[in-house]
Amino acid sequence: MSGVNDFAFKMATVNGTGSASANSLLMQAIFRMGIPVTGKNLFPSNIQGLPTWYEIRVNADGWTARPEQVDLVVTLNPATYAKDVANVRPGGYLLYDSSWPLEADLIREGITIIGIPFGKMCVNAFERDRDRTLLRNIVYAGALAALFEIDMDVIHEMLTEKFSKKKSLLDANFTAIRLGYDYAKANFTCPLPFHLKRLDKTKDFIIIDGNSAAALGALYAGATVGAWYPITPSTSLMEAFTAFCKKFRVDKGTGLNNFCILQAEDELSAAGITIGAGWAGARAFTNTSGPGISLMQEFIGLAYYTEIPAVFFDVQRVGPSTGMPTRTQQADLMSLAYASHGDTKHIVLFPANPEECFYLSVEAFNLAERFQTPVFVASDLDIGMNDWMCQRLEWDDNYKPDRGKVLDATELEQVKKFSRYLDVDGDGIPARTLPGVHPNGAYFVRGSGHDKFGAYTEDSDAYQEVLDRLTRKFESAKKVVPAPEIHLQNSAHIGIVSLGGCHAAVMEAVHNLRERGIVADYMRIKAFPFDSPVKDFIDSHEVTFVVEQNRDAQLRALLAIELGVPRDNMTAVLNYGGMPLTSRIVVDAVAKHLEGVAV
Amino acid sequence: MTSIAKPPVRHPGLHKNVLGFTQRDYEGAMSTLCAGCGHDSVTAALVQAAWELSLPPHRVAKMSGIGCSSKTTAYFMRQSHGFNSVHGRMPSVTSGANAANRNLTYIGISGDGDSLSIGLGQLCHVIRRNVRMLYVLDNNGVYGLTKGQFSASADIGSTSKKGEANVQPPIDPVLLALTLGATFVARSFSGDKAQLIPILKAGISHNGFALIDIISPCVTFNDHDGSTKSYKFTREHEVEISTADFVPLRREITVPETDAEMTAVTMHDGSTVRFRKTRDNYDPTDREAAYEHVRACQLRGEVATGLLFLDEHGSDMHAIAKTVPTPLVDVPFEQLCPGSAALQKLMGQYR
Repeated sequence: MSGVNDFAFKMATVNGTGSASANSLLMQAIFRMGIPVTGKNLFPSNIQGLPTWYEIRVNADGWTARPEQVDLVVTLNPATYAKDVANVRPGGYLLYDSSWPLEADLIREGITIIGIPFGKMCVNAFERDRDRTLLRNIVYAGALAALFEIDMDVIHEMLTEKFSKKKSLLDANFTAIRLGYDYAKANFTCPLPFHLKRLDKTKDFIIIDGNSAAALGALYAGATVGAWYPITPSTSLMEAFTAFCKKFRVDKGTGLNNFCILQAEDELSAAGITIGAGWAGARAFTNTSGPGISLMQEFIGLAYYTEIPAVFFDVQRVGPSTGMPTRTQQADLMSLAYASHGDTKHIVLFPANPEECFYLSVEAFNLAERFQTPVFVASDLDIGMNDWMCQRLEWDDNYKPDRGKVLDATELEQVKKFSRYLDVDGDGIPARTLPGVHPNGAYFVRGSGHDKFGAYTEDSDAYQEVLDRLTRKFESAKKVVPAPEIHLQNSAHIGIVSLGGCHAAVMEAVHNLRERGIVADYMRIKAFPFDSPVKDFIDSHEVTFVVEQNRDAQLRALLAIELGVPRDNMTAVLNYGGMPLTSRIVVDAVAKHLEGVAV
Repeated sequence: MTSIAKPPVRHPGLHKNVLGFTQRDYEGAMSTLCAGCGHDSVTAALVQAAWELSLPPHRVAKMSGIGCSSKTTAYFMRQSHGFNSVHGRMPSVTSGANAANRNLTYIGISGDGDSLSIGLGQLCHVIRRNVRMLYVLDNNGVYGLTKGQFSASADIGSTSKKGEANVQPPIDPVLLALTLGATFVARSFSGDKAQLIPILKAGISHNGFALIDIISPCVTFNDHDGSTKSYKFTREHEVEISTADFVPLRREITVPETDAEMTAVTMHDGSTVRFRKTRDNYDPTDREAAYEHVRACQLRGEVATGLLFLDEHGSDMHAIAKTVPTPLVDVPFEQLCPGSAALQKLMGQYR
């Protein structure tokens, strides 16, 4: 049940009307009041005119998953009235623009309807059409500030920070916020039963999106070459990397760049650039989404077989085909794990939130160079593009990049004959050289069949020998990739397995299930390949649920293929309509299944 | 890519370049292409060009895609790094390598299938990006490795070995490159070593992307009567519209500069390309004129060869990206990572 510091509300608007800044203003103000908060932008694949929503969840306990229903909705888009009204919980509120008569679509029994003439107020207060449209959003923010008791000092402080250099804009925003605030105060009982009360729970936190955090990871890991082709929802990753590089990587003396970012003609080229740069010795990456991963397949196989480090960020969206570019999913798991034709297996990392996007991004560059192979960071639209409350990011100044086995000029001086693919150390990882370093290090990279010396071969045994070593290398990686995060409760017979962006909802679900008397352990997988603890967890539970956001239960399939766990021993809990997972989906699925099974 | 090691025979009398290497030191594995293949002549010309330029072999990266032409990267400069990548995608791999290490010499070898069909997009964009590299396009109008299909450079009416005539219009890499703003555009003939070597040398020294389209007949699938990429046809229809001579900075100029027909262009590294005008007052620094000449030749059924266009003032990929002069692979990590204090300061912006 909702209450003080525990409720959700949402703004339904038309995209392109400037609601984004008002929405983030609200979310950030709540955050600055010390109250845990998350915001989810549910937007169309469009520039102007289609429905968009922004959902804000306030929760003192820090639950951040998307709510199933909201306590209040602001309906500013006639096209979605029916859907928006239906989304309000019984006893909730609806806020509409009463400049026009109340439409029948908005009327519903059991909720309170509040009308504020946003449109009229803006026409009266502002001269220009543009201001009248844009500032309407600030007016509703003002009204919500009154209804939820958002600290107006905080809002003033934020507006001042934002518009300190544009006095006229600052004044207009102040006027607009007051218009809404004063109207609500004068006409309604403020605050509503559910509202805000200052806390001190966000001091060590930040609000950041996963793409920015991943870009920051690439910056800190020392990536110098970034190649990309614009694609939603990964575009903002390279945009953020570019901005960080401009801030931190421009040589002060010369104004020249210690980075090279190339916008390629397509994803194939972006992959080629990344691999070429990795071969030459740079930490390089590309960021893309499902369709891009499809296009990169052949190159991924090349990097795998020629053993070239490369980092790929896949900010997953709904597929196949174009799918729903602005909706979220985890449906690329299989196509990442085994990307490319032929026998291939890849390291894939699964960040659960922006904070992990940062740390796993750094880790991805280490793993790629250590294992001389492509590494994927499988984020998703919800993590990548939404604002999440996360722990402040930390950096250890003792960090040294793990460049793997790269022979330098001194070492090469001692080498009589360098052979690229010899497993000297028995861990499946051969030594590599970088072009231009030393005459003894020159070798010929070929995607065609090669033996352990790197020479062309069509000989079965010589070919197989290299392939088997690649398997050993992959085995070595199991012990090095991030271990699963395991949450155990006392004597639970039920195990829940999940990954990535499901985490927040699953954590909340585990908590809610316990309140219903269902005790479940939870394991969050952070990387592929899986090591023995993953199998042990599944084996040690009588009932295992695998929660993921795709239709075909791809994580479950991977677990079955790689660990030999019978597929039917794992019950799939799936969400694949494009909206982030809610805890309710997990709770209902688990409870329903258990009704039919005696535990 | 099959390759056979050559026996290490040494001839004490061979000339050495300033690095002390003989031409043999710039050779590679034994070619496994068909005897008489034009590509082998191109390989031989590259060996000589690299030797004459005294390129340190280990500072050269030989880049290729897939096809007969792409195999040849194994047949020269065995002491260099080689990268035989993906069909039609060598340009992107080279772009990335060059982005990471701008101080290597990049020699890309491609063919008409690799460049004009599967890799046409990559070729166009590497030209636009103006990546500093030599791009050799061994052009024989035919797919050799898959046994004789027409490529996108086959002329209309040119016949296959089986006698079928090609009906689709050809893509001319020279006209394409001129249109896309390439800063070094040349065409040569694998059978004309005297013309080819100076052009290769100039291309290697060029400050940007240097395209050399080399008519390189396929003796097995496209050297019959009726083919417009045969030795016979090319010899009969080749028109040299500019003779170029390349003078590296370090070599003394011995040819007298008095020839009024001669135009000299100074390359960014101080070396010189000299053109002898052969007809029509051809000006190799005028892009529009170059386009017109090449097109006019084409309409007459002639193959225009020579260094057709040169602009030494273009901005290469690094100039466009404003990259530091130090290769990015050599920038120390400490200069790349902003450190914890900067991160904590930055975190303030996310509150």
